[in-house]
Amino acid sequence: MFSNPDFWTSVFGRLSFESLPIHEPILVATFAAVALGGLALLGAVTYFRLWGYLWKEWFTSVDHKKIGIMYVILAVVMLLRGFADALMMRTQQAIAFDNPGFLPPHHYDQVFTAHGVIMIFFVAMPLVTGLMNLVVPLQIGARDVSFPFLNNFSFWMTTAGAIIVMMSLFIGEFAMTGWLAFPPLSDITNSPGVGVDYYIWALQVAGVGTTLSGVNLIATIVKMRAPGMTMMKLPIFTWTALCSNILIVASFPVLGATLALLSLDRYVGTNFFTAGLGGNAMMYVNLIWIWGHPEVYILILPAFGVFSEITSTFCGKRLFGYTSMVYATVVITILAYLVWLHHFFTMGSGASVNSFFGITTMIISIPTGAKIFNWMFTMFRGRIRYEVPMLWVVGFMPTFVIGGMTGVMLAVPPADFQFHNTLFLVAHFHNVIIGGVLFGMLAGINYWFPKAFGYVLDPFWGKLSFWFWLVGFWVAFGPLYVLGLMGVTRRLNHFEDGSLQIYFLIAAFGAVLIACGIACFLIQLVVSFLRREQLRDVTGDPWDGRTLEWSTSSPPPPYNFAFTPVIHDHDAWYDMKKRGFKMPLSGFQPIHMPKNTGTGVILSILSTGFAFGMIWYMWWLAAGSFALIVLGAIIHTFNYHRDYWIPADEVARTEQARSVAVAGD
Amino acid sequence: MSAEAARADGHAAHGADGGNWHDDHGAAPHGSFRSYMTGFVLAAILTIIPFALVMGDVFSDTRVTAFVIMALAVVQIVVHMIYFLHMNSRAEGGWTMLALIFTLVVVVITLAGSIWVMYHMNANMMLMPHDMRNMD
Amino acid sequence: MSASVSPASDGEKVVFYLEKDEHAHAGSSTALGFWLYLMSDCLIFAVLFACYGVLGRSYAAGPTPKELFDLPLVAVNTAMLLFSSITYGFAMLQMEGGKKWGTLFWLGVTGLFGVAFIGLELYEFNHLIHEGAGPWRSAFLSSFFTLVGTHGLHVSFGILWLVVLMIQVAHRGLIEDNRRRLMCLSLFWHFLDVIWIGVFSFVYLMGVLG
Repeated sequence: MFSNPDFWTSVFGRLSFESLPIHEPILVATFAAVALGGLALLGAVTYFRLWGYLWKEWFTSVDHKKIGIMYVILAVVMLLRGFADALMMRTQQAIAFDNPGFLPPHHYDQVFTAHGVIMIFFVAMPLVTGLMNLVVPLQIGARDVSFPFLNNFSFWMTTAGAIIVMMSLFIGEFAMTGWLAFPPLSDITNSPGVGVDYYIWALQVAGVGTTLSGVNLIATIVKMRAPGMTMMKLPIFTWTALCSNILIVASFPVLGATLALLSLDRYVGTNFFTAGLGGNAMMYVNLIWIWGHPEVYILILPAFGVFSEITSTFCGKRLFGYTSMVYATVVITILAYLVWLHHFFTMGSGASVNSFFGITTMIISIPTGAKIFNWMFTMFRGRIRYEVPMLWVVGFMPTFVIGGMTGVMLAVPPADFQFHNTLFLVAHFHNVIIGGVLFGMLAGINYWFPKAFGYVLDPFWGKLSFWFWLVGFWVAFGPLYVLGLMGVTRRLNHFEDGSLQIYFLIAAFGAVLIACGIACFLIQLVVSFLRREQLRDVTGDPWDGRTLEWSTSSPPPPYNFAFTPVIHDHDAWYDMKKRGFKMPLSGFQPIHMPKNTGTGVILSILSTGFAFGMIWYMWWLAAGSFALIVLGAIIHTFNYHRDYWIPADEVARTEQARSVAVAGD
Repeated sequence: MSAEAARADGHAAHGADGGNWHDDHGAAPHGSFRSYMTGFVLAAILTIIPFALVMGDVFSDTRVTAFVIMALAVVQIVVHMIYFLHMNSRAEGGWTMLALIFTLVVVVITLAGSIWVMYHMNANMMLMPHDMRNMD
Repeated sequence: MSASVSPASDGEKVVFYLEKDEHAHAGSSTALGFWLYLMSDCLIFAVLFACYGVLGRSYAAGPTPKELFDLPLVAVNTAMLLFSSITYGFAMLQMEGGKKWGTLFWLGVTGLFGVAFIGLELYEFNHLIHEGAGPWRSAFLSSFFTLVGTHGLHVSFGILWLVVLMIQVAHRGLIEDNRRRLMCLSLFWHFLDVIWIGVFSFVYLMGVLG
């Protein structure tokens, strides 16, 4: 039957044995390693009989805390993949002088595309969404998010997107277009393979999850706040989360629509971005940056929130300029929509357009600068405790300020014509994304880990990780600034000018230092797990925190708060401690909670099937999966019994156990 | 309408104490037969006029027609918002209205911005053949 | 409760938690959440309108709107959607009166108007494609088909949702969950009519105007 090509094509579409990269030794070795590791993991889970536990307690869970933790785990796993790509690129550029290096261009191009896509969509986004999920309901005194099932579904759609990207590693290829897949390079004539389709469908599937999770968290923050918590008493992280989610809801549909238009060009033969028949490729660039710029603020705003919480906690002071911090966040949210053209000044829209967008871009640095001053004034005359989360804050501030200043340099249109597409740009955005977002998320993980698991992270390995990251970052990206100023363009596969090599060697060394930072972080997790009895925190408040999440036990019970708290101040928990709050010991009520459901997992598996069918032109698979998705969603709506009650005596037992633990400490 | 007024008071109370803990039980603002019919008649009129203007070639200057069409479209959208979608500044403590305004701002930025930016690019970069000849 | 949350001066007894929760209602966020979803959908249409705005005059030496659009047909189509809006309104009025079969009747009428709308749109698309004016002919036609087609897809899913809801209302009656769902679909349905105002004004009428 293999001899009949029509039958083969109708069943498997474009998929054939040639699609498997068996002729690429690097990929075969990777596949072997991943397969062995995966088998070992699956074997271990089976051996320890964990499947039932994982399915019941985690995969189908609608508990925002568990979903938040799963997002962070997804991000850490994907970080390893994305960073492996980074190491390969740095190695290639360090050795490929007057020789082709070890990565042929078609592979190298996939590596830099995958690196960008994975780091933004499947590392930075899940880290941000994960922390928001974990912390926001606790900070506002809620028992869960507004739509708990939707939350589970969103997580699994994000995971499905990550799985689709990972599949491209071993079945077919990934896009060779750069992380935004600009046409005409990404159209069907110039990229006839499956790479761009993998890219499109991975982002579409993950984008559904991201948008819904944005809707969910906005509704949560607006509707589920504890009594007394007016908007100006909202903890600052929740404020930044609110703004970040507003940006998600108002920008991810733009990404989805733009990618849908690109897929119409590729699948149906429309002429949106084609060179002929009236299409305009620059319209794609315009649209995707209307999403792309807000995306940057989606990532950085929650990081700003984390820094604010940590600064005020570890300085033992109220946050300086809370009100100005809120206004700065809101102003950034709106300005985020008025600057997108600075990503393509060189398109040639002329002086009037370029000066408008240059000026709006520079204006953004004003609220951002105000935030930096607020953090510094919070530290001023504070009793600063340099624990690991605070170290990240202190490392962030100078790093981010320098990144911001190079951003203002790029915002000057005539200067940008020199910097555009050079390594200077690459250094700039890594400077703000690593120095801002990633430092913020690692600070947040160190800060909130004890809340999620009940023991603090080992400080020694945490400090080591911090110093490797900080020094490694500057060693890796300092040389790129210099190279960029000399005019070296980004994404080059090999070089002829030997005088540049020393910079690339230094940058590669920096990447190795960052690798040590990541390794120390992983060791920190393992060591902390092993030493969890020494590191245990029974109070639920290991840092002398100020906001409501520190008032519950660590890890919090499924219902978060036995009694709904009443808020009088934006540092609500600090206020409660100061005024002698005593934990209530009686009078517990039954609590109404949502039930777990497997629908999210099932729908995301079907979505993966749909995407796979579309990518490989297996129309039966795509159509069948789509029909089942619609059917599954409809069946889900016929289930009217989605919640249950936790009985009062169970609540009483849980709270009793906690007060015994605190007293015994 | 008394239920409506009571709910509005409820929301005012929320405004005073901040959180939305004790919310009304999912009841959305709704219309009466009268308000639906008002909306329907207004919408029908606002639809018929632009169609008549274009199909009957009423104005000789197409720019006038275009302006009138777009103006009536905006009015009709407002009519639908009020009479069919029951938008008002009190529902959900004003959050739906705020979301709508924010969305409209972003929509206007996206539409006007794209058209402005792309128009300038076309004007600057798409040289007609005779321009090419003048280049050198 | 409002007394319990006013900040108390020091020394006075301060309330830090509610001893009895008012029953936190499952669906209290749904109206806002669904509205936020509609706002995000609005941005999808914004992108499609922007594409039409930028590419709508790129005929690539192909047919122009003046040659293609059949305004009487569009007027009938617009009327179908407007009628379906008012009939959905009647369904909501019946629902508020607690009349199950009246609600189902008007929902059914709404669905039929929706089907008529989709039928006319498919007829128009089919006609255009047979005239050689398919979405691949020019950027103008690509953006036209995508914008109008996306609206049509939304209406189609609205009809599917309507049918499912009719089954659920018939089965379980006008219970609170179903009322909430009918309210969400009502927002969705009227929202699509609002988008259509933009479509017939900006695409059809302005297009024929030239």
